[in-house]
Amino acid sequence: MRILPPVSIEARRLLPSRWDVLAAVLVLGFIVLFADASRTLTQPLSSLTHHPLSLDPANLPGYALRTALRMLIALAVSLVFTFTYATWAAKSQRAGNLLVPLLDILQSVPILGFLSITIVFFLSLAPGEILGAEFASVFVIFTSQAWNMAFSFYQSLRTVPEELQEAGRMFGMNGWARFWRIEVPFGLPALIWNMMMSMSGGWFFVTLSEAISVGKTTIALPGIGSYIAEAIAEKNLAAIFWAIGAMLVVIIIYDQVLFRPLVAWADRFRFDNEDSEDYPESWLLDVMRRSDLMDRVTEPFHVFMRWTYRLSLPARRRLASSQALVPTRAADFVWGGLLILLGLYTLWQIYTVLAGAFTWGDIFATLGLGFITMVRVTLLIALASVIWTPIGIYVGMRPHLSRIVQPVAQFLAAFPANLLFPVAVFVILRLSLNPDIALSPLMVLGTQWYILFNVIAGASAIPRELRDAATNFQLKGWLWWRKVGLPAVFPFYVTGAITASGGSWNASIVAEVASWGTQTLHAHGLGAYIADATTAGDFHRIVLGIVVMSFFVVVVNRLFWRPLYWFAERRYRLT
Amino acid sequence: MAEDVLLDVHAVRRSFPRPSGGELLVLDNVELSLKRGEIVGLLGRSGSGKSTLLRLIAGLAFPQGGTLTYMGSPIAGPANGIAMVFQSFALFPWLTVLENVQLGLEALNIPQSEIRTRALAAIDLIGLDGYESAYPRELSGGMRQRVGFARAMVVHPNILLMDEPFSALDVLTAENLRTDFLELWGEKQLPIKGVILVTHNIEEAVLMCDRVLLFSTNPGRIAGEIKIDIPRPRERTDPRFEHYVEQIYTEMTARQRALRADRGTGLDMLMTHVSPNLVSGLIEAVAATPYNGKADLPDIASDLQLEIDELFPVAEALQMLRLGELEGGDIKLTHMGKRFADGEMNERKEIFSRALMSHVPLAAHIRRVLDERTSHTAPKRRFVDELEDHMTEDAAEETLRTVVSWARFGELFSYDDESESFSLENPT
Repeated sequence: MRILPPVSIEARRLLPSRWDVLAAVLVLGFIVLFADASRTLTQPLSSLTHHPLSLDPANLPGYALRTALRMLIALAVSLVFTFTYATWAAKSQRAGNLLVPLLDILQSVPILGFLSITIVFFLSLAPGEILGAEFASVFVIFTSQAWNMAFSFYQSLRTVPEELQEAGRMFGMNGWARFWRIEVPFGLPALIWNMMMSMSGGWFFVTLSEAISVGKTTIALPGIGSYIAEAIAEKNLAAIFWAIGAMLVVIIIYDQVLFRPLVAWADRFRFDNEDSEDYPESWLLDVMRRSDLMDRVTEPFHVFMRWTYRLSLPARRRLASSQALVPTRAADFVWGGLLILLGLYTLWQIYTVLAGAFTWGDIFATLGLGFITMVRVTLLIALASVIWTPIGIYVGMRPHLSRIVQPVAQFLAAFPANLLFPVAVFVILRLSLNPDIALSPLMVLGTQWYILFNVIAGASAIPRELRDAATNFQLKGWLWWRKVGLPAVFPFYVTGAITASGGSWNASIVAEVASWGTQTLHAHGLGAYIADATTAGDFHRIVLGIVVMSFFVVVVNRLFWRPLYWFAERRYRLT
Repeated sequence: MAEDVLLDVHAVRRSFPRPSGGELLVLDNVELSLKRGEIVGLLGRSGSGKSTLLRLIAGLAFPQGGTLTYMGSPIAGPANGIAMVFQSFALFPWLTVLENVQLGLEALNIPQSEIRTRALAAIDLIGLDGYESAYPRELSGGMRQRVGFARAMVVHPNILLMDEPFSALDVLTAENLRTDFLELWGEKQLPIKGVILVTHNIEEAVLMCDRVLLFSTNPGRIAGEIKIDIPRPRERTDPRFEHYVEQIYTEMTARQRALRADRGTGLDMLMTHVSPNLVSGLIEAVAATPYNGKADLPDIASDLQLEIDELFPVAEALQMLRLGELEGGDIKLTHMGKRFADGEMNERKEIFSRALMSHVPLAAHIRRVLDERTSHTAPKRRFVDELEDHMTEDAAEETLRTVVSWARFGELFSYDDESESFSLENPT
């Protein structure tokens, strides 16, 4: 299966279209209005009490369970979002015009900066304080998971072979039946892969979203993240290692119980007919297949679904669709007009909320900080590339080695690197290093592995004949790397680097400011700016920080990664 | 006389370690020599180790026993005078035609200007003029393989190794490329002294080679040698040409029959997977008018557009089920075979099922076990273990897969891949 980067690389165009502009305005408006609404709500919440957590390791299984459950709920919500949003975008040309760029912009919004706003917002909505914080936590995880899943499913829906669709129609399947029996199965392998990617990112956010202070309000939901926060406050290094261990166990269980069975099961939906030698296996799936318990449990569900497949009235539907075709131009006109009005209204709202909040000096200063963070991300991604690309190629060329290293790299990518930050901060404080430099590697701590495992995948995909040809012509040393190794993994590398770079921007918010007990380390950058604004509860600065970071991410993606991706696809993709 | 020998392969043995322990013998006691000005063909079915032998000669792999000598010195890695043309071209997609061709020279410490001149000369020779700056993806299959040839020629190799170079091309393109190659070879325009061609296409071997070595399978051995004594250019319609093709077919079927004895008669019987549809198809074709129950293998192969790799396993399946007989390059339907051809679907299934019960011991064995059990089910593992006493893991897997597919056609028993178990009931 082709692994696609988790960002929009569909269009080759550099300049934003009017749809992109509209999407950007809407997202910006949403952030501003949301933040403004939250600001007015903070007041009654300042009385929220801080529930102390116990650092006794015996509590960890319970905390781990809470963390894992939050994750599962968020994943389920993301799935519902994927099936509705992506389907709408793919089925309706009109909606797709806006929904796809919207997804692209949403993808670039640093969710961590958003955390404080959402928590306050949900706290005020929900009946109980804890429930509100739980909602907020799930929402934040959702926003870290949903976009790339929706994107993957949208792309699958757009590429369902016409033959399959026609076969479905000939057998009189209604749209609902075609969706569940053709489109979902077709998109499932890619979707599951993206769910795994989302999950990796999600761990990072679930642990962060549990313990957060906004102004005077401090929320600590029971979970591994809060446990770590408490351990930092108490300077308890042993507790941190306990938490790391608990997280390892949770991720392994998730992998064995959820993803491995899913991947093994979804293998049957792979549409490419190539007969791969090693199909994925799962002990749990084997057990479930051998017993008929699952069949019995799911049977009523199947019966229900089959009943729904027969529901539609084909005659009426055909009539409806033929009628819808006539007033297309007029409807387009009305739709376009509505969108323009919506855009203008949003702009006006943004203006009223933000008018006078910033000076030009503020904006330029924030852009300057964004530039510093960009330099940091760029240098570190470059450094990680220089280190991991040769290693990845070396490993990928040796099947016995890649069988061991590949799962480890994927696991490391899934591990929430922020859990390791306290250890690093402890070391930095001990050695009194310069935080501007020493904190930087934390940004790529969790994301560098995407480069490694993509390069390994690329190197192991070099066909044997090509390698034989290189040997036959006695290409060795640098000549081999230049003509064979590096070009062959280039498209895979780009995919990995796009993922790593996006993740690093997000991580900068927690990596540029780090504390140990009462001591806090500060690096200069946009991430630190957003983190400080959050701690201070300054919503104007949070909004400015988020918008500037989104701007940087979008621009870097558009001007650098997207062209590079297409160049790699065109020139270096092995078919 | 001695300097006329370019390559000498003596008593070569090659095996692969098996994951389950032990080793799989791929090449056994192979002898081969290539003289100046010769094209030698290695003909055999897939899995006969002929490509492995080619990789040994290229220095891409090493034998466990025996010696390979190139121009008097042993082969210990890729040698300077040996170049290779690959089945799926093995062009680097990120390099242009010119860069791909130059690549052959880059490792040789030649000044850049000379690399360019020689590469352009090779491109010119092979008819790729004007395509220098194109990328492989812009070229058709035939043009791509021309680049493969140019890249091999540019190093002026003494020996050119060709690993089924025409098999990924359509019939017309392949013929065009073969003719062009033979023309250049005949006019002595090519900077090569000898050629080894791996193929599974009998006509291609007769068209191109001076000598054809026939490979047998499991393990790969050279089972015979046929000298093709027809002056070039050769015509496919030449009676001598047809005679050689017929002779090779006859030798290969005779050899397969001798092999039959090695393949076992009980549970240890090895089976190559053949779809029941192909079996039915071949029976119908042999029963139909021009042949009326008895067909010449070369004729029916070209009629059905099957290569020997595809035809032989089907013919053997027919023989195994006693629905057909192989003799002297002919295939003849038995009484049951003729009844199968005339029968309706249900009768065919009946005949097939009975043939399985009487002539495929494993199928009969599984059926018996299922009959005896009260649950009428049995896990696959049980039979895999039994088979692995007699054969390799892969062979056991393939044998079982074959039996499953045949038993499904004959409705002898059914198999559920999810629970990996056999049963007597058909899904309702």
